[in-house]
Amino acid sequence: MVDQIYLDYAATTPVDPRVLNAMRPYFNETFGNPSSVHRYGQQAEAAVESARETVAEVLQCRPDEIVFTSCGSESDNLAIRGTALAMREKTGANRILTSKAEHHAVSKTAEDLERHYGFQVEWLETDENGRVSPETVEKVICKSTAVVSVMYANNEIGTINPVAEIAAICQAHSVPFHTDAVQAAAYLSVNVQVLGVDLMSLGAHKFYGPKGIGALFVRNGTPILPLQTGGGQEYGLRAGTQNVPYIAGLAEALRLTAGEREERIGSFRPLRDRIIGTVLEEIPDSRLTGHPVNRLPNHCSFAFKEMDGNLLLTLLDAAGFACSSGSACKTGNPEPSEVLSAIGLSPEWGLGSLRVTLGAGTTPDHIDAFLKALPGIVQQARNLTGVQQG
Amino acid sequence: MPKVVVAMSGGVDSSVAAALLKQQGYGVIGMMLRLWSETGKEESNRCCTPDSMSLARRVAARLDIPFYVVDAKDLFYSTVVQFFLDGYAQGVTPNPCVVCNRKIKWDFLLKHALALGADFLATGHYARKQSTEDGKWQLLRSTDRAKDQSYVLHVLTQEKLAKALFPVGEYPKPEIRKLAGEFDLPTADRSDSQDLCFLAGEDYREFLRRIAPEIGHPGPILTKDGKPLGEHQGLAFYTIGQRKGLGIASSIPLYVLAKEVATNTLVVGSEVELGSCELIARDINWISGEAPAESFGAEVKTRYTARESKAMVKPVAGNRAEVRFDTLQRDITPGQAAVFYDGDLVLGGGTIV
Repeated sequence: MVDQIYLDYAATTPVDPRVLNAMRPYFNETFGNPSSVHRYGQQAEAAVESARETVAEVLQCRPDEIVFTSCGSESDNLAIRGTALAMREKTGANRILTSKAEHHAVSKTAEDLERHYGFQVEWLETDENGRVSPETVEKVICKSTAVVSVMYANNEIGTINPVAEIAAICQAHSVPFHTDAVQAAAYLSVNVQVLGVDLMSLGAHKFYGPKGIGALFVRNGTPILPLQTGGGQEYGLRAGTQNVPYIAGLAEALRLTAGEREERIGSFRPLRDRIIGTVLEEIPDSRLTGHPVNRLPNHCSFAFKEMDGNLLLTLLDAAGFACSSGSACKTGNPEPSEVLSAIGLSPEWGLGSLRVTLGAGTTPDHIDAFLKALPGIVQQARNLTGVQQG
Repeated sequence: MPKVVVAMSGGVDSSVAAALLKQQGYGVIGMMLRLWSETGKEESNRCCTPDSMSLARRVAARLDIPFYVVDAKDLFYSTVVQFFLDGYAQGVTPNPCVVCNRKIKWDFLLKHALALGADFLATGHYARKQSTEDGKWQLLRSTDRAKDQSYVLHVLTQEKLAKALFPVGEYPKPEIRKLAGEFDLPTADRSDSQDLCFLAGEDYREFLRRIAPEIGHPGPILTKDGKPLGEHQGLAFYTIGQRKGLGIASSIPLYVLAKEVATNTLVVGSEVELGSCELIARDINWISGEAPAESFGAEVKTRYTARESKAMVKPVAGNRAEVRFDTLQRDITPGQAAVFYDGDLVLGGGTIV
């Protein structure tokens, strides 16, 4: 009906054609099972190990510290469950520190460990920007802490956490520290030596790789148990025949993204700031969510008072703009997200959120068109929200 | 290309409606209302269960049309469910589908459709519309008389009717099922919906007992001349003309004649005492936009499932009408709608006083 403009790159990105090319041979040419003895297997194994080296190079770690998984959520699960269980076995530690502003892959995993496995979750406070301060961690970390998990950059509100400082505190207390870098990897350095993290999750589809493939960095010496047992693939941490083409795709996507990061930041940041400036200036009762400066360079997130965010997304989509919202739900049953509640937004603001995230296909023209349309559409959504409330 | 929003429920009728409009060259957008369900009963609500939502989504995907869900929970509760509860509390038998059509489908949803840039709102109702020479819109019964749903649409105004499309109204139901198969829609075999969506398949009495226990005050059952026969469980649990479930031993079959709210009395009597030749309807909507100047002969339907009966309808002041039937009517029920027809044409209707 209308030409669609995609502004939801934090949800997912299209596969870069160069990545697709890197994957292609491994579907039906070099198709062997990496565990096989013969040359088919050897070639496939070589592809997996070469991908592992590529990833290790970007992360500045050893190849054997990289475990391939099926997605970012699986990486989070393996890191938190695997380490919590291993730490409890080793030291008896049974507390998990994390925050309510985490992705569900982390927060729901922590809740599950509490409900079914006898762990105790300590929810770290965040400030009004969704940031976890190192002091907060310092205050509650102790010998009984099994694992700490604080995300690198927030998917919903874009805020960047002081991960290196938190990692230093965890290290001083000899507690494994995990960070979910799924949303950050496309825009921030993922050098694990600089960050000092013990565990770090990645998901390829956030940086122009395919869906269905992720990786977990596990620093050598970090206690961790597998969740999926079977064959001895991935150093015994993740049984199952490796997904060779997707692993090749993840590595190529990460390599490209690391090389092109600076250039991308340079082109998106001014557009991001233009969106933020214009929205706050032109739309009454609007506010930025997340940190104004320490935020992902492609990420804008807002709250509009007394407006149904789901409705806004519907109207935007019909007008040709694909965006997202922290409260949106495809089933029309809006609830303020836990992240927005964690940063203290009341429901009258929390239901009216909007996330606009830029990416490789974004042009200044797109942003012009978007900013021209948005104020009217917000007004329309507000009028209809009034109707809804009767 | 004219744009149309189709109200989709995951059922076969609205799915075929969307498919037909797409075939006719409209730019089609699917929309589903998230209505109110009692907590814990979301799974069995008639029209917005997770199941019907995913069906509607699959239909939309098959037709390659956008699909959105709009939240109307609070509004549905405050207008439709509350109206239903209030009606029973006041001793009448309310028709929530009529209110839903007036306030939810043809107001709330219509506004959303127009906001999305649509020219029309379509539903899977069995009804038809046509234009007259002087540019007015008429509402007609569906071709399939047995499936006709024009009764609940008598609330439409000219303005709303102008924006309405009823694509399935031209077809007999078996034909719609056949079309669903031909369009390869995943809803082709779904059973027809019945009853009120928010009752979740339950008897309305059970629902009332749970949601509004204050409604059911026991009181006396009397004959017309005041003879006590027993005790009722609450007026809300009885309908005019009801025979079964009175719990009274009697030599002749007894029927509910009236519900007197002021004294919380249920009046019963024999079949010959039941019924009336006249009724008064209030809040009349005339589809043409104006009340006829004089009395006119019409067929009048007093319940969704009732057969229409011949009557004289006299528009009177205060947006009311006096209806005098040619024959005695056994089950005129305050709170239900009286809808006036001239053949296939829906002239208007209102609430029975």
